[in-house]
Amino acid sequence: MVDIYVVPILKIVVLLSAVLLAVTYLTLLERKVIAWVQVRLGPMRVGPQGVLQPIADAVKLLLKEDITPSRADKWVFTLAPIVSMVPALIAFAVIPFGATVSMFGHPVSLYIADVNVGLLYIVSVTSIGVYGIILAGYSSNSKFPLLAGLRASAQLISYEIAVTMMLVSLVVVAGTLSMVGIVNAQLSQGVWYVFLQPVAFVILFIGGLAETNRAPFDLPEAEQELTGGFHTEYSGMRFALFFLAEYANMIVVSAVATTLFLGGWLRPFPNVHVLSFLGFVPGWIWFLLKTFVFIYVFIWIRATLPRYRYDQLMRLGWKVLIPLGIANLVVTAILKVLL
Amino acid sequence: MFESILFYTLAAFILGFGVLVVTARNTVHCVVFLVANFLCVAMIYVMLGAEFLAIIQVLVYAGGIVVLYLFVVMLVNLKRGPDAAPDRRRQSRVGFVLAAVMLAEISAILVYSAARPASAVAAAAATPLQTVGNTEVVGMLLYTDYLIPFEVASMLLLVAMIGAILLAKKEI
Repeated sequence: MVDIYVVPILKIVVLLSAVLLAVTYLTLLERKVIAWVQVRLGPMRVGPQGVLQPIADAVKLLLKEDITPSRADKWVFTLAPIVSMVPALIAFAVIPFGATVSMFGHPVSLYIADVNVGLLYIVSVTSIGVYGIILAGYSSNSKFPLLAGLRASAQLISYEIAVTMMLVSLVVVAGTLSMVGIVNAQLSQGVWYVFLQPVAFVILFIGGLAETNRAPFDLPEAEQELTGGFHTEYSGMRFALFFLAEYANMIVVSAVATTLFLGGWLRPFPNVHVLSFLGFVPGWIWFLLKTFVFIYVFIWIRATLPRYRYDQLMRLGWKVLIPLGIANLVVTAILKVLL
Repeated sequence: MFESILFYTLAAFILGFGVLVVTARNTVHCVVFLVANFLCVAMIYVMLGAEFLAIIQVLVYAGGIVVLYLFVVMLVNLKRGPDAAPDRRRQSRVGFVLAAVMLAEISAILVYSAARPASAVAAAAATPLQTVGNTEVVGMLLYTDYLIPFEVASMLLLVAMIGAILLAKKEI
């Protein structure tokens, strides 16, 4: 009874609150990091060094008037932010934050579910998130969101192929689709997969940038051309939901990349015994550190690189990443059979 | 008990969304209902223990093909109905024939399953497919017993793709 119902529900509650808190503070982190890159101070007014800024933002967005454009498609307009938020949150169900730990004398696994098709689950759930953007673009009944919605769907379809191709070659190496299984495979083979599959790692990261609509691929929300893109007509808390979904997706992509390529909760160089003192740090801290590095790189890239043009984006996706992905898969499969 | 409640609820949702897909006036609404329908079907697969099939259903149909539908629907302005008014009489006649065929099929299935002794049904249900995960089972079957159909299906898709390119491009 306790193990079937109470523990999973507790885990879900803790995880969801942690994710939402992390997402809120990610907005502050992004503003601060970009400010430092540009030799500014960033938010400084609310609290010491501006640490309470996200809370002030949340209160402000909650108090704002919630406007629906008069000729909008009302149901779809309401549905769109929900559809983009929910997949971003339920993707966390299969991400393993650590190995089994003992808590109050109970063995507790630091993931909600270890399903046999974990990796496919994440891919399929994130592919549902696209609907949020497309439907928002359609239902606002306005030019700019519609253009952004079309851009987003074309972009996401193109990059999903390359990313999925990379995941297939990773699964060929690991021999399992379960997220916990992939980390354990890295433990038993004694190497992080970033060293076995460097091409896959780079392409997955580029594809992750494109799928989360982050710079330099943030065409669906290009401020200068589309006045904010698909969420132009949204205000108040519904706008905030789109914002939170984007940041939650960033965490999902970082956590998945950590699990697949940087050994999840394993310490660095799990096969080198000299470094076994690193095992003193618990696994989940390693996991969070690695994920944080990814998130920081996301923000760093946004502060550094200018946006792609739309035809460049399509050319990169279809003519560079997908052929590279197919080549990488073929080479991986041949090596797997030969070795 | 719990399973049958869940099943009938899902079945009701699937039928309801299916009806809405064909009756909704707005094409985008039709597509949204179609996605909801696919998600409910995926849940039925999960109930049957076929989680691989469920995920593929969501990934390929809900996440891939229907996004393309929506893309096309948004590109093509469908506010106007089709130009030629369709022949209502002919539509309803064809619909009647199709419904009759469907009814015959369902009753055939009912009669056939009633004619089988209960022990045979129980034996078929107890066939151990779950010894390894069903992803592995599907993979093994596709590349051993059903290799030829699998390859033929992929050839068919390739031909369809080349055909689409031929139709769309004037000069190649």
